[in-house]
Formats: sequence, C-alpha cells, structure tokens
Amino acid sequence: MSELKPMSDQVPASPERRRFVGAAAATAAGLTIAPGVMLYQVAHGRPEEQAASSAVRWGMLVDATKCATGCNDCVTACSTENGWTPVAESKHPKQAPQWIRKLELQDPLTQMETNLPMMCQHCAEPPCVDVCPTGASFKRADGIVLVDRHTCIGCRYCMMACPYKARSLVHEHLNDTQKPDVPRGIGCVEACTFCVQKVDRGDGNTACAEACTAAGHNALLFGDMNDPESEISKRLRELPTKQVRVDLNLNLGVRYHGI
Amino acid sequence: MAGKIKSLLILGAVVLTTAALAWAGSDTRPKASGVPMPVIQKAVKGEQCVEDTDYMRRNHMVVLDQHRDKVVIEGIRTKKHSLKECIECHASETTGSVAAAKDDFCVSCHSYAAVKIDCFDCHSTKPQGSIAMHSLNAETAHYKHKLAAQATSKVSVEEMAGVAQ
Amino acid sequence: MASITFREVEGSSLKYWLLFGGLGLFVLFGALAWNTMHHYGHVVTGMDNQIVWGLPHVFAVFLIVAASGALNVASIASVFNKPMYKPLAPLSAILSLALMLGGLLVLVLDLGRSDRLIVAMTNFNFKSMFTWNVFLYSGFFGLVGVYLWTMLDRSVKSYSKAAGTAAFIWRLVLTTGTGSLFGFLIARELYGTAMLAPMFIIMSFAYGLAIYLMVLAAAYAWTGRALGDAVMMRLKGLLVVFVAAVLYFVVVHHLTNLYFAKFHGVEAFILRDGGIFTTLFWVGQIVIGGVAPLVILLSGLGKQRTWIMVACGLVVAGGMAQMYVTIIGAQAYPLDMFPGLIVNSSFYDGVVHSYTPSMPELFLGLGGVAIALLVTTFAIKVLRLLPVSLDDATVAKLEH
Repeated sequence: MSELKPMSDQVPASPERRRFVGAAAATAAGLTIAPGVMLYQVAHGRPEEQAASSAVRWGMLVDATKCATGCNDCVTACSTENGWTPVAESKHPKQAPQWIRKLELQDPLTQMETNLPMMCQHCAEPPCVDVCPTGASFKRADGIVLVDRHTCIGCRYCMMACPYKARSLVHEHLNDTQKPDVPRGIGCVEACTFCVQKVDRGDGNTACAEACTAAGHNALLFGDMNDPESEISKRLRELPTKQVRVDLNLNLGVRYHGI
Repeated sequence: MAGKIKSLLILGAVVLTTAALAWAGSDTRPKASGVPMPVIQKAVKGEQCVEDTDYMRRNHMVVLDQHRDKVVIEGIRTKKHSLKECIECHASETTGSVAAAKDDFCVSCHSYAAVKIDCFDCHSTKPQGSIAMHSLNAETAHYKHKLAAQATSKVSVEEMAGVAQ
Repeated sequence: MASITFREVEGSSLKYWLLFGGLGLFVLFGALAWNTMHHYGHVVTGMDNQIVWGLPHVFAVFLIVAASGALNVASIASVFNKPMYKPLAPLSAILSLALMLGGLLVLVLDLGRSDRLIVAMTNFNFKSMFTWNVFLYSGFFGLVGVYLWTMLDRSVKSYSKAAGTAAFIWRLVLTTGTGSLFGFLIARELYGTAMLAPMFIIMSFAYGLAIYLMVLAAAYAWTGRALGDAVMMRLKGLLVVFVAAVLYFVVVHHLTNLYFAKFHGVEAFILRDGGIFTTLFWVGQIVIGGVAPLVILLSGLGKQRTWIMVACGLVVAGGMAQMYVTIIGAQAYPLDMFPGLIVNSSFYDGVVHSYTPSMPELFLGLGGVAIALLVTTFAIKVLRLLPVSLDDATVAKLEH
C-alpha cells in the first residue's frame, strides 16, 4: 500500500516538516477513506490524467542473501503478469524472451554461491536509450526505462548496447496471446517494465516483488526511491548495497545487497 | 483441326468466365461494386460511443495516435480514447474479439477499405475479461450474470455495472 | 583528358546476359529470404537473444565499409590530383554507390520491423550513431551522385574537384560513424574503444580497393578492352600499403587489450579458445586477409595479373572473416557482469554463445552482394564509365 502524498504544491522547507505534513495528511486521508478502501479496489496511485513525474523515482532493492537456489517465483510471476512464455516451455529457448532471470554465481576460490534475479536495471543514464535510432527506447519521467513499440523498428542496437543483457527480441508472431494490459509484438524489442501497468493503476508494486513477498522470501522490495519515507528508501539507508557493473556509472534503479 | 481447337478454347473461356462470375456473385451480403460491405456489429456494452459515429469513422486513427503517445511516453492513461476501452465495448459477442473473424468490428471495415491494421501485432484483440467499466445497456443487461461470475472484489455487481466514467 | 575516350560497354553478348541473369537470380533469392524473415519473424534465422546481429550484419557492414573505400581511387584522382587515376574515377564512384546500396538494403531488410522504415526516417534520436548514419548514408548517395555527374557531364566538369573533396570528407565521416557504431558501445570488451573508427577507415581502404581491382580487371578482360600493367602495378602497390595498415591496427588493438587483466578472458577467447572464432581470426583474418596477400603482392608473383586477382580475393575473404570476428565474435563471449565469478542462468549468461547462420540470412547477405554487382554491371552498359583503353601508352600520356 503506498502512502498518500500531501496535496499542496508548496514543498516544505525541511525534511522534518515534510515528514510531519506527510504523516498528518496520511492520517487524515486514511481516516476519511478507510471505509471506501474496504469496499473498492480503488486506484490509489496518481489520477489517470496526470503524467508520470520525476518527483518519483521507481527502484528495486534485491536482497541476494534471501534469494534461494532453484526458486523461480519472481520469474513465474513476471511471465504470468506480462504474458511471455517461460523459457522452459518455449519451443525456441535461445530465442525466447526473458524479462527477468535468476543468476547463480559462484566464487571459484571459495565455492561460495550467490543467487539473484537479473532484470532491466532501469539506469538513470541508460545506454539503450542513447543508441536507439528512433527514440523508441526511452526513460519515462519517473525513471522507468521503456520501449515504445509504436516506434521500435527492431534494429536490436539497444540489445547490443545493454550491459546487463536485459532486452529480448520477440522472434515470432504472438497470435493474440498478449495480455490486454501488456502489448508486445513480433519484431520489437522488450524488457522488464517495472510492471508499469500495475504501477500506473496504483498497485505500487511489481509482480515479482509481490510474489517473492507472498512466498515469504522477502528478497525483492519495490518502491519510490525519491520518497525518504518509503520502505525501500528506509531499507537502502540500513543495508549496504551495490550496483552491478558500478564502474559504468549508470546510476541504476536496481540495487543489490549481498553481492 | 485448328478450327476445332479454336472453338474448344472459346467454349472453355466462356465456361470459365461464367463460373467466375457466378462464384463472385455467390456472396449474399449487400455489395458495392463486387466487394462485400462491412458488417458493423452493435457494441456489446455501453449506450453510445465516446465520440459520435461520423467523427470516429474519419478520425479514430488520429485519436488513437495522439492517445498512445500520451500513454506510453507521459503515462497519462485517460480512458476516453484508450484502445483497450474501445475493445471492451466493441468486442464481438461470438468471437470475444475485435479482429479474430472477418466480421469482427475492426477487421470488417478495414478489409473493406483495404487498410492494414498494425495495432494487433502487439495489442490484444480481446477485452480484459474481468470487470466491465462501461454500464450495460438494455440489450446487454443479460451479461450481468456473466460479470458476477468473473468479479473478484466484494462490491455488488449492480454497483460495479453502474460505475460511471 | 582529351586522350581518354569513355564508352559504354556493349552488353549484348550471351555472357553479359548470363551474368546479369545470374546476379538477378541471387537478388531474387535475397528477396525471398527477406520475405520469409519478415513473414515468420526472426525465429527462422540463427540470430537469437544472445547473438543479436548475425550474418546479414556481417555482409551489410562489409559492403558499407567497402563502398566507402571503393571511392578511394576517385578521391586520389580529384582530391589529390594524380592524373593517372582520373580515368579510373567514374567506375570507382559507381562501384561505391552500388556497394553502399547493397549493404544498406541488407541492413534495412533485416530489421525486426522492416515495414517501419518510414518511422526510422522520421523519428530521430540525435544521440544515436544509428540516426547519424541515416543522414550520412543518404548524404553519401547524394554527394557521390553529384560527384559522378561532374565526371560524366562536361558542362559541370569544373566542379569535379569540389564535389570530390566533399565526397571524400563525407565518406571519412561516414566510415568513422560505422566504426563508432561499435566503438560507442560500453557493454562489451571488444567494443567501446576509439580504435574501431580509424580501424574501419583503414579496412575500408583495403576492402574497397581489392573489390575495385577485381571489378576493373574483370570488366576489361570480359569486354576485350586493354588494361595495361602500369595501372595494375600502381593500384597493387596501394593495396599492399592498405593491407599492411590493417594488420597494424589489429595488432595494436589486441596487444593493448592483452595488457589489461580484465580483458584476458575475451582475448584468450578470440586468440586461443574460441573455436570457430579463433580459426577465423588467425586463418581468416590474419593469414588469408593479411599475410598471404602481402606475400603474393610483394614477391615476383605480384607481377602476374592472375596472382593479383588471387590476392584481392584473399583480402575480401579475410575481410569477411574480420567482420565475422568483430561483429559476432564479440557477441559470442558472454557479458562480464560479475568479474571473477562463474555465472549460470537460463538466459545463457556466463557461457559462450553459439551461432549457426541460417539459409535466409545467407541468401539475404548474398542478395546484397548481387544487387551491388548487378547495379555495376548495368551501369557500365548504360553510362560512359569505362575508358575504351587503359593500356600503358594511353596512361603514359596522362602523366605529362
């Protein structure tokens, strides 16, 4: 459940004041609409005519120490929510899209193993956006890196450019098996969208993080990194985290603990 | 000998032409110069379209074009001109889709006008399948029970069917 | 150039039409290959989510790079004012245009959504090298077209030097752009280096000249026109310099990489452990593409026309091998996201990616080559591109 923000346009001067106003507004609003919330599955994100804004920065914290070997809950949840065929069921595994995958790392010196999910890192300076000839690969105001499939010509330059191998090409006709909320099609490139369809209608969470939490592993935490009161911001202040390939200095939206 | 072959060929040409014309005329739908007119099915849900018919016929592509950029790039997901919402109302009762069979809403006119539809390479042609956002009309009120079966929240179906936009 | 007469090739013999038809057949196969790829999607190709750019790109980039280099001869004539090269210039220009057309067609027809070319030509992202390439390639056609016109039409002949200089600078920028397509990518160890742009320029000199020499010799041999040794020896000498320069760049690139511990893995892959890629590197790129042509051209064999043609063929074959290693070899080695750790996943992380080119890809690429040669064959028949005679006596008169 994401918190409600204060409605005023004025930005409070100090963090404490911001927190107080936020807390007060949240309490008041919560008391007002609590009965309504129980009745409806209400969209409590931003209103539908409001654009995504850079006041928000969506991000994910992956706790690799809680990620189990052989567990694929996040991958299954993603493929179910977004409508892509899991690679194990695909007729052409090398050409099958994988928006998220589990990596098993092993240190050759100590044989110590680490597991983690790898998906689009939603970089603040995405190389894929730099190289796209038509501008189809773009970063939305709230930090989510997306492919505008209306403009994608399928040149795959973004796939060459991605340092994380996050992107996949759809190699064959999907024959109307797409989810209505997640349009995707032949010849266009795709990747993890931070479940933008869920985020925009106010779920405030991604399918993978929801599944991981529901299964009790709690390795994935999604939220607004610009909001100091969000769960993810609080955890980021508590846990030491790293970015994958941090030497590339891309300022990633996905941070890992335990690698 | 050559005369016989010639007359045989002419006879064959006549027979084939007649057969072709007969075959072309076998489609019983009303025609405009030999092409079957589009079958415009009445929408399953809703009292009327979000814009009036004439405007939609001429401008639906522009409407969709402008809306899609707002949705994808800015994240403005208003429902009025959303393709998904069009499909919610216009999906055929029989196929459940706007582009599966040749009489379905989009395909029917588009094949008449010979304009290729690019949308459904990526977009699903079927509605969400859960809660309908537009009110049922008198003709489709019988769908209430179908919706009730699919509803996942605790809200009563009457309230759900009456949710205004 | 009052002493040089240009005349169209007669092009009415059976052999001419057989050549035309044969090339046309390959163009048709290329079109069929594209149709298959477009209809069924890239699932029918050997390219996948690991090897993203495959054989069509090898052909396309090779043709584009060679196109740029094929203009060299004309540039030496107009820009550097070497009179002996002036009669060779028109063929150089048309070959350049033809190779560029072939390469671009392969590139564009391999797109996942090749029906969206209009989108590519109306939506631009100026931070992308690809967008700049759209302008560079179109501008190339325009400029070289104008340049060719100044060579053919006496009324605008005085503009030849200006057009030639513009085309020369433009194609240096263009080839820098092609090399930078890879040079600007930080993700892979074998890319992301400023070396690639000048390396592509020098590769263009070598491949372009090798192809030009072969086309020139074939055109003259098959039309019974005289082609003297003076021309051949001069061009052969140039080719030696260019091939040696390519070898230099390759050596410097890999030696530098070998100095960095973090590149040891990928260098071991290319130079020793890469299987087909290692073979293509040493046997294809270095021996066939570099050492063997140099040995042939610098020895006594280099005085014989047949051996010069063999050397040119080897340079072209080595060039294709070089493109294969550069484009596909770099993708075959897995991304190094966690240096020092062994990585395993369902998405082929941490393992060398295998690639088997498919028939549609091969025929699409060959179709591009066929279009380039078809355009050239047709052009020399309808335009006055080839001098009637390039024997030593005629050429000697130019020098004075």
